[in-house]
Amino acid sequence: MLQYAVLAPFITALFVPFFFRYIRAIHTGWLILPIPFGIFAYFLSQITTISEGANVHSLVQWVPSLGMDFSFYLDGLSLLFSLLISGIGTLVVLYSIFYLNKNEKLHNFYVFLFIFMGAMLGVVLSDNVYALYLFWELTSLSSFLLIGYWYERQASRYGALKSMIITVLGGLAMLGGLILLTIVTETTSIREMIAASDSVLESPYFTGILLLILLGAFTKSAQFPFHIWLPDAMEAPTPVSAFLHSATMVKAGIYLTARLFLLFGGTDIFFVLVTGFGLLTLCWGSYMAVRQTDLKAILAFSTISQLGMIMTMLGFGTKEAVFAAVFHIFNHATFKGSLFMVAGIVDHETGTRDIRKLGGLMTLMPISATLAFFGAFSMAGFPLPIFNGFLSKEMFFQTSLDLDTTSPLVASLAPFVPAIAVLGSIFTFVYSMYFFFHTFTGKTRGELKVKPHEAPIGMLISPIVLVMFVVVIGLLPNLINGPILTPATAAIFGEIPSKHIVFWHGFKLPLYMSLIVVALGVILYLTRAKWQAVYNWIPGVLSANKAYDSIYNMKFRIAEKTTRTYMTGSIRHYVLYILIFIIGAVGVTLFVTDGFVIETGDLAPISWPEVAVGLVMAVAAFATIMMKNRIAAILVLGVVGYGLSLLFVFFRAPDLALTQLIVETVTVALFLLCFYHLPKLDTGKTTPGAKTVNIIISASVGVLVTLIAIASHSSKSFETIAHYFIKESHHLGGGNNVVNVILVDMRGLDTLFEITVLGIAALGIYAMIRLRDKEEID
Amino acid sequence: MEIIMSILAGILFSAGVYLLLQRQLLKIIFGTAILSHGAHLLILTMGKLNRGAPPILEEGIDVYTDPLPQALILTSIVISFGVTSFLLVLAYRAYKTNKSDNMEQLRGSDHD
Repeated sequence: MLQYAVLAPFITALFVPFFFRYIRAIHTGWLILPIPFGIFAYFLSQITTISEGANVHSLVQWVPSLGMDFSFYLDGLSLLFSLLISGIGTLVVLYSIFYLNKNEKLHNFYVFLFIFMGAMLGVVLSDNVYALYLFWELTSLSSFLLIGYWYERQASRYGALKSMIITVLGGLAMLGGLILLTIVTETTSIREMIAASDSVLESPYFTGILLLILLGAFTKSAQFPFHIWLPDAMEAPTPVSAFLHSATMVKAGIYLTARLFLLFGGTDIFFVLVTGFGLLTLCWGSYMAVRQTDLKAILAFSTISQLGMIMTMLGFGTKEAVFAAVFHIFNHATFKGSLFMVAGIVDHETGTRDIRKLGGLMTLMPISATLAFFGAFSMAGFPLPIFNGFLSKEMFFQTSLDLDTTSPLVASLAPFVPAIAVLGSIFTFVYSMYFFFHTFTGKTRGELKVKPHEAPIGMLISPIVLVMFVVVIGLLPNLINGPILTPATAAIFGEIPSKHIVFWHGFKLPLYMSLIVVALGVILYLTRAKWQAVYNWIPGVLSANKAYDSIYNMKFRIAEKTTRTYMTGSIRHYVLYILIFIIGAVGVTLFVTDGFVIETGDLAPISWPEVAVGLVMAVAAFATIMMKNRIAAILVLGVVGYGLSLLFVFFRAPDLALTQLIVETVTVALFLLCFYHLPKLDTGKTTPGAKTVNIIISASVGVLVTLIAIASHSSKSFETIAHYFIKESHHLGGGNNVVNVILVDMRGLDTLFEITVLGIAALGIYAMIRLRDKEEID
Repeated sequence: MEIIMSILAGILFSAGVYLLLQRQLLKIIFGTAILSHGAHLLILTMGKLNRGAPPILEEGIDVYTDPLPQALILTSIVISFGVTSFLLVLAYRAYKTNKSDNMEQLRGSDHD
């Protein structure tokens, strides 16, 4: 059954274009709305099974020989995520029906969205690491397509490309980590890996695996310094931002870290990396959010910060911390989804998302303002127990105080953690207040394109549902505790926590921490204008975006520069590369293997006529180089050829001598035939440097050839096969001229294709000459 | 004798390579011609020199030179002849079309 839940969105995506094309009267969204709702209902029905400690498993074979299978597995953790994906997915589809009108490219939108939904369900349900990676990259791809939905806008394309590059970079690193994991544990199933967690801990690759997988998780979940893609992803339509970039996809990294918690959790390096980067992200994201002027950008940095907070709690690694992380995953999805939808409504009904132009919308849009109030105050962790954000924030503070200090490293860092947590939360409070009060109270600032009015009821349904969760869970937290949160914690942590969420735990330290946050937050919010200049110093020029852009541009510059240095277009340079490589490779091999031998025992006696001919040839070859006169050069070149045919005579190769003589004659004749049309020989001077290089290279080639020739002649490893040809030439070939018998009888194929070469050359020459004639006639 | 011929082949290779590195198309073709001469000489030398009669069977002779390298060289000569003549006409056409036979000038543009 599980596999159909994952498959359903993909199949729906196939039909969307037909619905859009042929059923124009109804908004396409209505037609496909039942699908995510059906999936949601299915997962709801599984709650009882899961909370009883059972789990659901289904297997579809894919490439069994490589251990790749679509093996789906539903436990508490995947159930939590599946419910979020399908539940918020349903609300987002509903919201988008009112947000996008029928003239938009809806067929694209819903196809991408449903591919994303299916991929995301695949990520959280997959038990096989390769299937997990497949779905992981599908979420990157569909996110890319959705961010670039309005592809005619430059900013959309920039944002889409940036998110693609960063998340795929992390995805590839993760694939490396997963492959190492399969090698170490000899299984591709995550459950079996966890069962074999000892072998991972003892493996020498442990640190590498952890780093690679965390790189994947951090890039996907927008942790510092990879958070930069998320604010630019706000170019996507708002339903997409609400769904992908707040509630689901950005939690894929969280999911992965949680899923593999049993493999890595409890080690010092896990604590340092996950908590360290989590806290850094928490503080940096909330600090940067205060600076933003775009509603969605505030929410994007807020998402970054909240994800950092969840990561931090996973890094703590205690049972309570994991429980708090799970709780906050749920809470964040509810309030952040509703806030994004409210931001979309504000944008839709006023024509701008620029917070500097907004204000005083409370009376005009009372329902949206109420929704934003609950979302923002829950996000801030305002100390009133009607906000679910407050409860999880309290847990965050509590767990930061109760770190597991058995490891000396953790013990030495533990005192700083609560302070940093409070620091990050103060800015969280500031931007939440900024978001709410600056948009909905005071007076309207600046001219609005559209006269603001309340949104249609259909658009409000989804955020209302989400805000209901905010309040209901705020008031009755134990409602979801037993059925959802506890099984999820058990799935991450391996044992079942007996946690009862305390509705109001009295005047304890976490509450005072919350009060400090509120007090300092109010002060900072009210004096905002005074300290805004700080942003000119930090980040100032150190912004991660600038770093990304400069790396991105530098990459092209370096690539272009490198290519331009060696791809000069000069044939001489390319020949030089080839020759230098040959000299290097062969020379070094000869030297390293001590390959040079000289054996003088088996040499033919020296006879002086042959030496004399050789001398003449050598001189003629050098003369060819020196000649400035064309005809002289051609003739001297002929001397080399005729010398060679003379050597063939001396060395008892009559057929060779004949052929060489004829060929040389024809070649010289050809040169002379073209003589009139040939260019003069001395065009331009070579620089002395280039000349030296030429001489050194050509001399080295000559020396190398000589050395190899002598060495290979001196080390004959087996006898020649010539005896066979000589013995069988007459008997099998019926001829006495052994060379000719070899050419046409024993190795006749060579001759066939040599004839072909000659034929092609002749045709080519003919074609070149004929083509010219035609061009000239035209 | 083989050592002397090896040295000669090396010299021919040097001269050929030096010509290959020149800018003028015609010199490059000279270079390929000399290189192929060097290669042919090398093949023959590697098959041992002056070990008996020419490989044409006759009564009363037992020792012949190796016929296989000769067959290989014969094939090679014909092929290099085909290539050299093709190159020659190509050089002639390139010169006619481009009014230059300087390879440093015949580079093509960035977008080729």
